[in-house]
Amino acid sequence: MKAVLLPFLARFLARPQSLIGLCVFIAIVAVALAAPLLFPKGPFAIVGMPLLAPGTNGLPAGSDVLGRDMLVGLAYGARVSLLVGISSTCCAVGAGVLLGAVAGYYGGVVDDVLMRVTEFFQIIPAFVLLMVLVAFVQPSLASTVIGIALITWPQVARVVRGEFLALRTREFVEAARLVGESDMSIIFRQILPNALPPIVVIGSMMVGSAILTESALSFLGLGDPDLMSWGSMIGASRSAMWVAWWTTVLPGVAIMVTVLALNFIGDGLNEALSPRRRQ
Amino acid sequence: MNPLVSIEGLSVALPPGGDRRFAIRDVNLQIGASEIVCIVGESGSGKSVTAQALMGLLPPGLEPLGGRVLFDGRDIMHQGAAAWQRMRGRDIAMIFQDPMAALNPVMAVGHQIAEQIRAHRPVGGRAALAEAAGLMAQMGLDGSLVTAYPHQLSGGQRQRVMIAMALSLSPRLLIADEPTTALDVTTQAQILALIRKVQAERRMSVLFISHDFGVVSDIADRVAVMRLGEMVEAGPARDVLDRPSHAYTQSLIAAVPRLSGSPAPLAPQKPLLAVTGLSKHYRHGGLLSRRSTRALEGVSLSLQRGETLGIVGESGSGKSTLARCVVRLVEADAGEVLFDGADLRRLKDRPLRDARKRVQMVFQDPFSSLNPRHTVGEIVTAGPRAHGQPRAAVLTRAVEMLKLVGLGEAALPRYPHEFSGGQRQRIGLARALMLAPDVLIADEPVSALDVTVQAQVLDLLDKVRRQMNLAMLFITHDMRVAARICHRVMVMRQGRVVEEGATAALFGAPKSDYTRQLLAAIPGRARLEA
Amino acid sequence: MNRAAYIARRLLRTVLVTVAVVLVSFFLIRLAPGDAATVMAGQSGYADEALIQSLRAEYGLDQPLPVQLWKYVSAVARGDLGRSYERRQPVLDIILERLPNTLLLDGFALAVALAGGIALGALAARRPGSAGDAGVTALAMLFYAVPQFWLGMMAVLVFSVWLAVLPPFGIETMGADYTGLMRIADVARHMILPGMTLALYYMASYARLTRTQMIEVSGQDFVRTARAKGLSERQVARRHVLRNALIPIITYAGLQASILVGGTVLVENVFSWPGVGTLAYEAVTARDNPLLLGIFIVTAVLVSLFNLFTDIAYSIADPRVQLQ
Repeated sequence: MKAVLLPFLARFLARPQSLIGLCVFIAIVAVALAAPLLFPKGPFAIVGMPLLAPGTNGLPAGSDVLGRDMLVGLAYGARVSLLVGISSTCCAVGAGVLLGAVAGYYGGVVDDVLMRVTEFFQIIPAFVLLMVLVAFVQPSLASTVIGIALITWPQVARVVRGEFLALRTREFVEAARLVGESDMSIIFRQILPNALPPIVVIGSMMVGSAILTESALSFLGLGDPDLMSWGSMIGASRSAMWVAWWTTVLPGVAIMVTVLALNFIGDGLNEALSPRRRQ
Repeated sequence: MNPLVSIEGLSVALPPGGDRRFAIRDVNLQIGASEIVCIVGESGSGKSVTAQALMGLLPPGLEPLGGRVLFDGRDIMHQGAAAWQRMRGRDIAMIFQDPMAALNPVMAVGHQIAEQIRAHRPVGGRAALAEAAGLMAQMGLDGSLVTAYPHQLSGGQRQRVMIAMALSLSPRLLIADEPTTALDVTTQAQILALIRKVQAERRMSVLFISHDFGVVSDIADRVAVMRLGEMVEAGPARDVLDRPSHAYTQSLIAAVPRLSGSPAPLAPQKPLLAVTGLSKHYRHGGLLSRRSTRALEGVSLSLQRGETLGIVGESGSGKSTLARCVVRLVEADAGEVLFDGADLRRLKDRPLRDARKRVQMVFQDPFSSLNPRHTVGEIVTAGPRAHGQPRAAVLTRAVEMLKLVGLGEAALPRYPHEFSGGQRQRIGLARALMLAPDVLIADEPVSALDVTVQAQVLDLLDKVRRQMNLAMLFITHDMRVAARICHRVMVMRQGRVVEEGATAALFGAPKSDYTRQLLAAIPGRARLEA
Repeated sequence: MNRAAYIARRLLRTVLVTVAVVLVSFFLIRLAPGDAATVMAGQSGYADEALIQSLRAEYGLDQPLPVQLWKYVSAVARGDLGRSYERRQPVLDIILERLPNTLLLDGFALAVALAGGIALGALAARRPGSAGDAGVTALAMLFYAVPQFWLGMMAVLVFSVWLAVLPPFGIETMGADYTGLMRIADVARHMILPGMTLALYYMASYARLTRTQMIEVSGQDFVRTARAKGLSERQVARRHVLRNALIPIITYAGLQASILVGGTVLVENVFSWPGVGTLAYEAVTARDNPLLLGIFIVTAVLVSLFNLFTDIAYSIADPRVQLQ
């Protein structure tokens, strides 16, 4: 494994964007982890007058419409974004890989059903479905995560199924069947490692898009009301935008930087994992 | 008389970081008027690059370094883009190896021909299309195909379209880059005949690129042999082919398998593998359109220990499906596969796994037949480990088998991409032998290999067959390869067995018309068998 | 298989998706805590048990599940999507009233995104690695990472607050009562900010796709054939490269439609565009579940119809459709 991993890492880090993306991402993770230690009073504590400009009253990022510290809100918002982004992607990738692998390897009825289901999710307006779901079961962290996973797993399943479908007729898989390897061994030892690059790439991209989706839900007031998230910060300060630009600009920049970092990482993985087709 | 084309000291550089600095180096070649010149060589010899340079279509990254190319006495290598554009298609036309890829998939073929005519002559769309139809008719294509799309045509028809397109402006030079390599042998013979015919009618020069000495000896007036970017030998066809002066040319020609001298059939014994009435139909389409194509229909065969049975046929003959049905990689619809007394088709789970262990397979594609993410060690030991054999014994046998196929213990920790095509086929053979099989099924094991490597792998297969007393089912489209290694041969066509018999007898006196056609289509018989 | 069979299959898919949407909707209703009766009773302010029972009977909520399902499906088939809790009007009427505004906005955004995206992508693909290419790629990267609703707010901040050149809210100037051409111009002015906000993201993705497709197609054998025929680079690019590169873009436009609807909900809200998207937000805040569900059904059916349309366009553009 080491022989494969090291050159891959070297290829990945050779791109400046990947390195920047990785550093920024690590910094955001650090902030998210450290938020309760740095700001033990929490993001909802009122620290002064509303709408103080950044730099006044010792508030580097100013205060919001209710006089809460924007900086604290931004730090805690990172927790929600990362938690939702990563956990919903894990659920979606887990389900997508499992179902896609089974459908792609065995084919038949399972495959037909899976394809119809993923087509359904591809065609329907997923965000509206997500709104309906979250609104109907009460907005909460869990409903957001499950909702996002529910509308995104089909993408993973389609990709994995496609890879498995293409790889299962490769001669090395036929050889593995002939020498007597079990289906499990063929799926996990022979095919999955070869199908991994697109899964890793789509996974890293999905974290970013899940963060965007979460922020959109929170913006519409469909986020967890007990948590401070970047999207809800923007939503709450819509009316103040005209007089206090920082209340909307800063959380938006936070989202953008996070997603950009993740997409840089995803692009870097893509470049590093897919052997160059053309020199 | 001055030659039409004169390539003088042409060198083309490869991008830095490759395994060699030059794609071609100091190449000299002349093509006379109405002459067919063949460049022959193995993969990586630079034969295609020479053709591309002559067309001014070098792939990005390849730069001409020195030398010149004279066309009709004029240096064309340093002419501008506009001059090239006027010349291409009008003075020099080209046809390619894979006509499916070479035609635009979303444009009707007649229009693709008309487009070329209109690029050089001021004619209306309708007139150009009529001309295209006329050209297609000359190439033996039905008029209704003018509006057909490439995917609706057969491989041979597509290549005829390409030839019609190339001839549409009566070029003085036709470059044909492996134009028959992707085609079946009978189609290949027709296309070669067509190229010869139009060349003679139009008194046009042809530069023909090929790896196949048979094809070359059928068509060439003059032959140039290339190796690793350099020209090894050039001269009139009969000199180069009959009395090659360079050792490399001699070894290439010697490596071409001969149709005569096949192994004699063995004395009949109890068969180890007996297939009767095997049938397979593929069904496709959904609810609205259900069709089925016949892949196998009532195929029977028998195979005894120590014997090699060749299954010969063109694409679509069902020969690969037959192999896969025997080992149940594909489930047949009907028939019986008796192996050592038990019907493989009725076995399940444990007994199936145990029986399959004794019937192993070697595959065609040296690239896709080895998992790129596993080491050679993992690849060859996976089978015995899946059968629960002890680790130490497995490893000892792996080293033994790798040695047998001509690789050493050093191969174990390496990955497939570190090996050449021929070496990969050896690894695939070692994997198959690890389980000590009784039957070895080889599905086109040498068709992706260069002719010299092909000969080595064939010899190895034969050696292993003798040493381990294997029964071998050898699937190939190449009659020459079959003649070299098989005791008996079975000819298949469209899923059915056409005829079967001892190799020498069958090739010497074929009973069916189809076999006769196949044998007649083998390129280069007259010269290479003499 | 011929084109007719292909289209028939796609038509069947559209029908199946519609049926599935209705089924999913029915079960979504049951996901909400408390049934419609308790919600309505709660909203009317008299949450006593007798009222709830009578509402249950009125809406058939006391009947067995299959009966309710059947009633629901047949009602939807008749175009009856129920009544809004809040407005006491048929849901379909409310949606249809707002729909033209949304279609106008989406149509504009889609047209801008396709035209701009294909042009930019083709430009970038002409010289991969050039400054222009890097610029297009970087812009695409950026628009992928920005929340659309926030981009809209930033546009308001810049063009309405700071520069004060474009109206930030609504579809037309309130109280101006323009008619004829003046009205069209007024609506167009209002449409620029939300339309462009919506379009930029899709423009970025079309540009990216066009670029990769063009580069991929450029490397194929038939492009070499086109050059070998003596066509000019321009003819090669237009007739052979672009023509083939556009085929997947048709399919992609269909698949993007469902995402476009999601974006519309957000952007309409930012700009108070009186379309289905703001309606969805109003339904969420008012906990008007039938209305929200109705919006889901209507938009889903529209998107699947749009997909049917792109599938047909695809089958015309690509003769190889018979192979599938």
